Amino acid sequence: MAAAASRRVLPGFGLTLGYTLTYLALIVLIPLCAVFLRAGGLSLDQFWQAVASPRVLASYRLTFGASAIAALINAVFGLILAWSLVRYSFPGRKLIDSLVDLPFALPTAVAGISLTAIYARNGWLGQYLEPAGIKVAFTPLGVLVALIFIGLPFVVRTIQPVLEDLELEYEEAAASLGASRAQIILRIILPALLPALLTGFTLAFARAIGEYGSVIFIAGNMPLVSEITPLIIITKLEQYDYAGATAVAAVMLLASFALLLAINALQAWMVRRNGVAR
Amino acid sequence: MRETANAQRGRTRHERNDATRDAPVVKWIVLGLGLAFFLVFLLLPLLAVFVEAFRRGFSVYIAALAEPDAQSAIRLTLTAAAFAVPLNVVFGIAAAWLISKFEFTGKTVLVTLIDLPFSVSPVVAGLIYVLVFGAQGWFGGWLKDHDIKIIFAVPGIVLATVFVTFPFVARELIPLMQAQGRDEEEAALVLGASGLQTFLRVTLPNIFWGLLYGVILCNARAMGEFGAVSVVSGHIRGQTNTMPLHIEILYNEYQFAAAFAVASLLALLALVTLLIKTVAERRQDARDREPQFNHVEPAVTSSS
Repeated sequence: MAAAASRRVLPGFGLTLGYTLTYLALIVLIPLCAVFLRAGGLSLDQFWQAVASPRVLASYRLTFGASAIAALINAVFGLILAWSLVRYSFPGRKLIDSLVDLPFALPTAVAGISLTAIYARNGWLGQYLEPAGIKVAFTPLGVLVALIFIGLPFVVRTIQPVLEDLELEYEEAAASLGASRAQIILRIILPALLPALLTGFTLAFARAIGEYGSVIFIAGNMPLVSEITPLIIITKLEQYDYAGATAVAAVMLLASFALLLAINALQAWMVRRNGVAR
Repeated sequence: MRETANAQRGRTRHERNDATRDAPVVKWIVLGLGLAFFLVFLLLPLLAVFVEAFRRGFSVYIAALAEPDAQSAIRLTLTAAAFAVPLNVVFGIAAAWLISKFEFTGKTVLVTLIDLPFSVSPVVAGLIYVLVFGAQGWFGGWLKDHDIKIIFAVPGIVLATVFVTFPFVARELIPLMQAQGRDEEEAALVLGASGLQTFLRVTLPNIFWGLLYGVILCNARAMGEFGAVSVVSGHIRGQTNTMPLHIEILYNEYQFAAAFAVASLLALLALVTLLIKTVAERRQDARDREPQFNHVEPAVTSSS
């Protein structure tokens, strides 16, 4: 007791601990428990009916599939963009660096209607894509475009600090020992970036599976085709099917928790490998 | 010689080093791909908002913003942010103080739990409050007996907004205050400053720009939240519609110019947010590089 007190020179431990835990419990933990308690009140049959009907299964396929593809595309182009921002000088570099965070700051509904306007039949890009046979707006491809938009900064902002802190000496040593540029990139830089790349991918994926606002405008929301899982929850709520909505929400929450654990493990790996905290 | 020195200026350290410089062909291909992706997926949606907003002319733009429903949506959005941001600032500071200044068991779990709202879908965030306060929820009966409306009313919107913006300030402050350690605060206390004085005169100046950064990101999300608010709002025009919900209604009614006019206000807010964020980031970085113990002196002299 005395040892603990002497270590705590600074005041406010009890106050901040009490306040943090109370606020966390009231706003986050207790309401989240409501989902599981409510879902736990359903019989197994009811639960299964709600979470495994063909329409809901189709929505999982779309949500998880499109999220994975969007995160993959973001991992590739996010790496390219982060590489450009860190390693190359070009006019407008600082401006573009600041604008990469746009999806964090731009409300999802604004992004949603804007992307729809761009990819609709008479839109900026839609008018060229549709005659070529590529329909984006109101198809699963539209879902993918929206998920790419919201996920990009997660990848760039995870890779960028690691790339900045990477020591030049490794590359110098490899070059002086006769390695080609391709060998250096494949065998020195990419392995060092791997934890950050995977973390960025998972962050973008986790964000994408819960995304609602930017997707529903461009998706077209056709049952079995372009209906995402969060929209299923909304639809069930609007039909006063609270039990069904809660059951699907419980499935989504479990997926989120699993991803959160994966992200924590990946970040720990990243800190060990690169010594970068975030 | 001077020419090469000039040519070196403005280059990144990787371009100045023979071992890390990419061939010009590689540079232009990689840069071209990166910039094309940036242009199509980030810049184009931003530009489209403003172009579509003014497509029908300036008078239509002004009329869309002056309309009573738009005005009430703007007021409600400001109200929600006015509750959510201060609440989460106080929480963020308390949580960051707790986590950065003290050692206790379960700290890692606590940090993970604080981040939890980020991994919950906004739709689920809205749903949980319907389950607690809705007509069918835990307190639904009691609230109805006492004639208190939370769901489909303003308090529900505020609660959902608080949930989705919950981690923003804490998340910015925790790593920052952990990196700064507790030496400066301990020195201030040993020299006789009170706890409050220590916080106001030592900690606060040290974290000011990081705090501002967290606040503006929290505010941007609070004003722009759509999914969570959509679930608890009830969509009553002129009463429980925030700006993003108003945009949705206008858009679904094919009033595209009006929808984009309201959207352009939020896009402008996003740009201001990014601007302040960039400035705050640079200032905080500069501050963290300053030699330590610079800021203790005034706190100590005025504390006696």
